[in-house]
Amino acid sequence: MVDVADTMPVADAGHTKRVSFSEKWAWLPVLVIAVCLPFLVSDYRLFQGTLTLNYALVLFGLTILTGYSGQISLGHGAFYALGAYITAILITRFDVPYWATLPVSAVVCLAVGFVFGRPALRLEGHYLALATFALAVATPQFLKHKVLQPYTGGVGGILFTKPEAPFDLPISADAWIYWFTLFVTAILFVIGRNLLKGRIGRALLAIRDHPTAARAMGVDSAFFKSMAFAVSALFAGVAGSLGAISVQFVAPDSFYPLLSIMFLVGAVIGGLHSWWGPLFGAMFLQFIPNITDDMSKSASWAIYGVLMILSVFLMRDGIAGAINRLWGVLRRIAGARA
Amino acid sequence: MQTLIHQIVAGLATGCIYASIALAISMVHQSTHQLNFAQGEMAMFSTFIAWALMQAGLSYFSAFALTVIVSFVLGMLIERFIIRPVGKTSQLSMVVVVIGLLLVCNSSAGWIWGYDVRPFPSPFPDDMRLLGGYVTAHEAGSFCITMAMLIALYLFFRFTPLGLAMRAAAQNPVSSRLVGVRVDLLFGVGWGLAAAIGAVAGITVAHVLFLDVNMMAGAVLYGFAAALVGGIDNPWGAIAGGFLIGVVENLLGAYVVGNDLKLTVALLIIVGVLTFKPAGIFGVQRVRRV
Amino acid sequence: MTAPLLQVQQLDAMYGKTQVLHSIDFAIESGHITAVLGANGAGKTTTLRAISGMVKTRGKIILDGRQIDNRKTESITRMGVAHVPDNRGTFIDLTVEENLRMGAYVRRDRDRVAEDFDMVYGYFPKLAERRKQQAGTLSGGEQQMLAISRALMLRPKLLLLDEPSFGLAPLVVREIFAIMRRINEHEKVSMLLVEQNANLALDLAHHAYLLESGRVKMSGEASAIKSDESIRRSYLGY
Repeated sequence: MVDVADTMPVADAGHTKRVSFSEKWAWLPVLVIAVCLPFLVSDYRLFQGTLTLNYALVLFGLTILTGYSGQISLGHGAFYALGAYITAILITRFDVPYWATLPVSAVVCLAVGFVFGRPALRLEGHYLALATFALAVATPQFLKHKVLQPYTGGVGGILFTKPEAPFDLPISADAWIYWFTLFVTAILFVIGRNLLKGRIGRALLAIRDHPTAARAMGVDSAFFKSMAFAVSALFAGVAGSLGAISVQFVAPDSFYPLLSIMFLVGAVIGGLHSWWGPLFGAMFLQFIPNITDDMSKSASWAIYGVLMILSVFLMRDGIAGAINRLWGVLRRIAGARA
Repeated sequence: MQTLIHQIVAGLATGCIYASIALAISMVHQSTHQLNFAQGEMAMFSTFIAWALMQAGLSYFSAFALTVIVSFVLGMLIERFIIRPVGKTSQLSMVVVVIGLLLVCNSSAGWIWGYDVRPFPSPFPDDMRLLGGYVTAHEAGSFCITMAMLIALYLFFRFTPLGLAMRAAAQNPVSSRLVGVRVDLLFGVGWGLAAAIGAVAGITVAHVLFLDVNMMAGAVLYGFAAALVGGIDNPWGAIAGGFLIGVVENLLGAYVVGNDLKLTVALLIIVGVLTFKPAGIFGVQRVRRV
Repeated sequence: MTAPLLQVQQLDAMYGKTQVLHSIDFAIESGHITAVLGANGAGKTTTLRAISGMVKTRGKIILDGRQIDNRKTESITRMGVAHVPDNRGTFIDLTVEENLRMGAYVRRDRDRVAEDFDMVYGYFPKLAERRKQQAGTLSGGEQQMLAISRALMLRPKLLLLDEPSFGLAPLVVREIFAIMRRINEHEKVSMLLVEQNANLALDLAHHAYLLESGRVKMSGEASAIKSDESIRRSYLGY
């Protein structure tokens, strides 16, 4: 049955304006603060910072997938879990040093992401959302299943020892883990950004906004879209590995279905069209639940939900977009005064 | 053989709930092109309202009727003040808003009524079995209630002017405005009806699943799957999909994978179906003009 | 002299940031057929859309003494403006009869609606034959007839027609235009007609406006424009 009709576009229609916030130097103070963080805050806050970086990495992958490639994923928790478990299993069963688990995690998640990305091409919008959500729901159930228990440790999960700073450097394990995470995250950010600024990014945008035209111009849309999926899975997987390293524990119930949904929510609220979006989104995901919990123990998620709705109402382009606009206003005021 | 029939019958009984949720989701999508991920939580919230009314002394059917009406109104209000303003922005923002709505419904139900599991009454006697013992009175009764609701909806959409206008507005909002239909208002009515349908589903299933804040979590997943498998804009497909998934889920759980994995396997089968028929079994493939 | 049925004053129309109409002025007399002519992209369809509230506008649109600019489309329809859009806009999944019933959706006078069904079937017998058929299965000409009929079911004060001849065989077009003249004469329905086929339009209309790049280039009696060869050559291409 074929019906000719006007359909709703899949992802954000009309958002061909790309990443804004052209202040190139803004990275510098943020980076300086980030590097100095272990000297500035307590161990617990540092731990939260580490988790924030993990989330930012996942969200960056989702920015590539959803912001650039226009595909919705409600299932990236699965890749996050995959990376985490790879790390845990390699450390406990194969005595692989923690840092060496990252490349393995990256490669495996890239491959799995590609394998999943191919059939996902046939699904659009809502259908892709459901398929990826099925993945998210399946993950904890598979991890708990008896068949995989010898590897995954079943419901109890896997525990391992905290990595210490190498070469007997006089820094705390928490600080070391933080810097390690920061290092990996920064490198992947830079690589990802450079990929997107060039041909690949343009190809993805073309495919997202005008798929037929892009194909007519010879862009292999299937390959690019699958690669976008694969790369976003890689980011989520490495983030998962880093997360496992920070917590030294993995268990099926840590990777509950709502986590996958919240990744997407974080990416959108942070701002899908800005390089800063993933960072703001990660901060939202990490800190807002604590704040709402302080406000009310029993209704904390309700308040969180209200804040999510308000964010969308008030900040059409996410937090990054709002800050952009604010910055523009401030500059105009400063310019008018000068 | 006897167990098989029992499983199928039980599957049809749970299928009522999935079919109702699927229908609600399909209706909302047909008119406003949004997937309401919060449909299940709204239904759960409505069920708590019914429970509270019964605690306050109302009879089952008075509480039922009043809850359906209140749910309808709440659905319309949500559409007017939360959904409509966001509808003009992107689809992804809508996903965030609807997830937020999900969290609000879930958590406020817990905040107001607590997180413990509680029993929910049924107007049908528990010890009665019908049709040669395969079916409990409640299962049969729920089935009849669901059928009555579906028939009423069919008659509404097919034979009343308002129903016709809603069908027209869902198919072609621009032309509907050009004949004077208040399209935005009717979309609100669509959300109200979906909420009311959810309320009916929640109330009928609460006796079996017991009422707690996470009662509808599994059902809404199956409801979504049913709506998508049946073809998201096809209400009949959604209903058929709901019953189909109810039966398949039960058979899978009894004969193939056991209860732990049946949710996963059911979903993976659905994903498989969608890979071969991306618009659903009864769906219409929409061709976009380039 | 009676006030015009529709008055448009200094009307600008925008699609997003692009301005398409620039300070347009015109008026339509009650009971008349007025044609809006011009090349592709002149802004003819936009003019109709502006009246129906489908695009953002600046300036005034006054219908029967009441200002209708920047109102919701459905409110404007309820005030008696029936718009037949350029893609016909039939409800393809509904039957012919259901389409017509939707046309009369806002009306409260049931018995006169029944009369209007008869009127419409009288003008377009082909529709009567196909009344239970799905509108999507009708031919192009029949869909146009259905679109016009649906608009008539409103008993509108003003009928807006966007390129009714588009994509139709000449014989069918002649038939439809003849019926439109009869409708105007018998039912006294005022019409604003957008047409690329200037010859047809000038034959039917009483007055005509010529648009070019979103501005009114000239206006006058249709017969005068038709007989003026220089105007026809330079503006209408024949």
